[in-house]
Amino acid sequence: MGHEITVTVNGKIYAGSVEPRLLLSQYLRDELNLTGTHVGCDTTSCGACSVLLNGRAVKSCNVLAVMADGSEVTTVEGLASGGEYHPIQRAFRDEHGLQCGFCTPGMMITAVDILSNNPQPTESEIRTGLRGNLCRCTGYHNIVKAVQSAAAELAS
Amino acid sequence: MTTGTTIGTSVIRREDARLITGNATYVDDIKLLGMAHMAIVRSPHAHANILNVDVTRAANAPGVAAVFTGADIQEQLGSLPAGWVLPDMKMPNHPPIAFERVRYVGDAVAVVVAETPQAAADAVGLVDVDYEDLPAVVNAEEATQEGAPQLHDDAPGNVDFEWEVGGGDYEAASADAEVVVRQRLINQRLIPNPIEERGVVADYNRGTNQITLWTSTQIPHLVRLLFSAVTGHPEHQVRVVAPEVGGGFGCKLYIYAEEVICGVVAKILARPIKWISGRQEGYLATTHGRDHIADVEMCGNRDGTITGIKTTVYANLGAYLSTFAPGIPTVLFGFTLGGPYRMPNVSCKVYGVFTNTTPVDAYRGAGRPECTYVIERLVDMFSQEVGRDPVAVRRKNFIPRFSNGHEVSTGVTYDSGNYGPALDRALEILDYRGFREEQRAARREGRLLGVGLSSYVEICGIAPSAVAASLGAGAGLWESSTVRVHPTGKVAVYTGTSPHGQGHQTSFTQIASSELGVPLEDVEVFHGDTDKQQMGTGTFGSRSVAVGGTALYMSLQKVVEKAKRIAAHQMDVPHRQVTFENGVFYVEDIQERQMSWGDVVGEAYAAKNLPPQMEPGLEAVTFFDPENFTWPFGTHIAVVEVDPDTGETKVLRYIAVDDVGNVINPMIVDGMVHGGVAQGIGQALQEQAVYSENGQLLSGSMMDYAVPTAEDIPSYETDRTVTPTRVNPLGVKGAGETGTIACSPAVVNAAVDALSHLGVKHLDMPLTSEKMWRSVRDAKAALRAVRRERAIAGRASN
Ligand code: FES
Ligand code: FES
Repeated sequence: MGHEITVTVNGKIYAGSVEPRLLLSQYLRDELNLTGTHVGCDTTSCGACSVLLNGRAVKSCNVLAVMADGSEVTTVEGLASGGEYHPIQRAFRDEHGLQCGFCTPGMMITAVDILSNNPQPTESEIRTGLRGNLCRCTGYHNIVKAVQSAAAELAS
Repeated sequence: MTTGTTIGTSVIRREDARLITGNATYVDDIKLLGMAHMAIVRSPHAHANILNVDVTRAANAPGVAAVFTGADIQEQLGSLPAGWVLPDMKMPNHPPIAFERVRYVGDAVAVVVAETPQAAADAVGLVDVDYEDLPAVVNAEEATQEGAPQLHDDAPGNVDFEWEVGGGDYEAASADAEVVVRQRLINQRLIPNPIEERGVVADYNRGTNQITLWTSTQIPHLVRLLFSAVTGHPEHQVRVVAPEVGGGFGCKLYIYAEEVICGVVAKILARPIKWISGRQEGYLATTHGRDHIADVEMCGNRDGTITGIKTTVYANLGAYLSTFAPGIPTVLFGFTLGGPYRMPNVSCKVYGVFTNTTPVDAYRGAGRPECTYVIERLVDMFSQEVGRDPVAVRRKNFIPRFSNGHEVSTGVTYDSGNYGPALDRALEILDYRGFREEQRAARREGRLLGVGLSSYVEICGIAPSAVAASLGAGAGLWESSTVRVHPTGKVAVYTGTSPHGQGHQTSFTQIASSELGVPLEDVEVFHGDTDKQQMGTGTFGSRSVAVGGTALYMSLQKVVEKAKRIAAHQMDVPHRQVTFENGVFYVEDIQERQMSWGDVVGEAYAAKNLPPQMEPGLEAVTFFDPENFTWPFGTHIAVVEVDPDTGETKVLRYIAVDDVGNVINPMIVDGMVHGGVAQGIGQALQEQAVYSENGQLLSGSMMDYAVPTAEDIPSYETDRTVTPTRVNPLGVKGAGETGTIACSPAVVNAAVDALSHLGVKHLDMPLTSEKMWRSVRDAKAALRAVRRERAIAGRASN
């Protein structure tokens, strides 16, 4: 049986019918074709699927699409605006905060959440804030630097 | 616009734009018209006979298009081969879908094809398999003992091969030595964990008989070759594409059952098939790494001279041979057992053993981390035994500087080395003396601080085909490139390497733009598609720039050479008089005689005035096969603190000084080191694949297997020394694996150092809090017992 939902994703309103068991990650990827949100695990461990749900980072594999009814979702595709990268995107590129790029959308989304709550985090606050997002490539060193440099840019 | 050479500069990566915007296409992002989804029924038993597979319920389930058992399609699926064959090695069958017996938890027994991934997953539970459980064995040493369960009839005692390498006479050396240290070392099994698990999309075109596989792989060309060899489908009618690949670390370096199954099923059903591995599924069905049980010893004299090393290894291969599995614990382990040291006597024996576990193959470093761990743990134990500083012992035994080859006792020739400066630089960054003082002060307060070193040499730039073939490689390991200059002057570069995070698009662009004097923007690098770059080997063994980058460099030289001839003809001078620099062809001393890159390229295609006999066009192909491997080296240092109350072990500082020869893009090389070190710290402190005795994978999900998080590891301090190689004209050695190769022993050495005053001499990885807490508690109890006995003895003698 389908459930009718209406979700605003990256500023665009989508309405449709979804199976109750459909995950938000599946809805975004399979129904809306927003494949920038990645799926790296099946135990809510990796954070690759992180999106902003009403402004807070959530693991979209741990949210049912029906639970997002009436919500606003931002995915990696919605970070840039007006043809300009979001400061966190620029920082990830400039600090070499990504290698294979698979964890990157989720990392950037989580970083946006960290900085919106704590605009000037310490290194250890950044590391704690990122602990739900796994990266196997970068060893986190440059991801931490990217978050620091985005913080500096947002503050200036 | 950027011109002039960018070699050696940290150019921002060209691949990032698509990756930071969500515009990259990984396998799971591919959707084809009419595509069906495949899910796999996997064995829950580690070892069992398959008595019956009943697919009736599954086949009738909603949305199911087809169900296949191993027996149904065994002819089409063939057997997965080992691509590395050692002398007297056994080659048991490896059916992609098991049909008589399953040999590990996760072995495929049937596949379900359905209209949606959910329908396929649902129907997996409806396939009824009758198993007859058999006894299982998971430990490689136990598997070789009398009475152990036997996996393959053609591998008695579960031994697939016995392999030896050596030099000098270790037994004589140890008999003469003043000191011999011995230890059993466990190099635990690891799960590689790229954040993108594996996945395959297969398509079959009935009209052309072409099979296309999009697969998350490091080796599209070898997958094409092996797919064809296994299934009999003609190789030139197979196209393999590695789209965006989300990390590999060695575990995407093989022909996998699912690649074969998807291709064959797509052909049978004549519709596109997608299979995406879940993470828990991947933990069972994607190769693991390491898993050595090693008895090791080192001998030498009280003055700190090391005279020999000996290892006997039980290397766990898992249930079947994965593609490169036989080469990892042997060739990539044994030849460098001398490390950076004068090691006149080396003895190495390796048993490759089947067990009822997931197949084991390369994981970042692949044999070399295990090798470095053996050497560097032993050097520390030896230093402690002879009462000398581990730094002094390392320095005393280093091979002196050499720039043009040094043959070591195992018979291989290191290309170039200068080991002292990397060690010195690492010590300087640390302030070694200062640290020792700090350590003494900390101990007085009851704090447990330790420092550990690891000096290493690795065998990289995996190539020389003839050498590799003599050691068992089943395919040539050259690399190929194509450079195609378009009539507009834009440059398309095609490489057989297949990056999955290493940034070849950027470094190879740097090489091409620097050689041709064209802006970075005018170069595009294509990789990972066998229909574009038609020949290639792939990305592994830190080979991409050393072998693939050199193949590219040579194609560029050919293009420049032809362009110069065209320019000379146009300017009416002998071609030797033409110089090409920064995109301009000119004749020395004749100012007005010059042509731009664009002009010459235009002439090449206009073809109205070319030198006699010259073909039009401007492109070149190269197959490069170096005469030797490359041998990067360096010294890493870890500083750790162990909490005596909780056992928690933290890496406080991590210093990596590597020498990878010349560097194309320092930012990318640093990133490679960072990632490898994190994996090394993961192995040292927290990662471990654990099997129950009956073969169930207990660390079977990301909740149970401890991939390091940002909180678990520190920032790193990296530096480099530069000792170019003469093996290739770029002077590059390869930087992909230094981190994992050097790191784990540095961390373990540091942890042992932190506890050494309590009498601790060795600790096996991973150094979990529980293990460390017990070690501290037991060591302190032992010390108290000794003191008590001394006190009693003292009173008795009074
Ligand atoms: S896919 Fe959501 S946390 Fe891993
Ligand atoms: S960049 Fe590959 S997992 Fe983070």
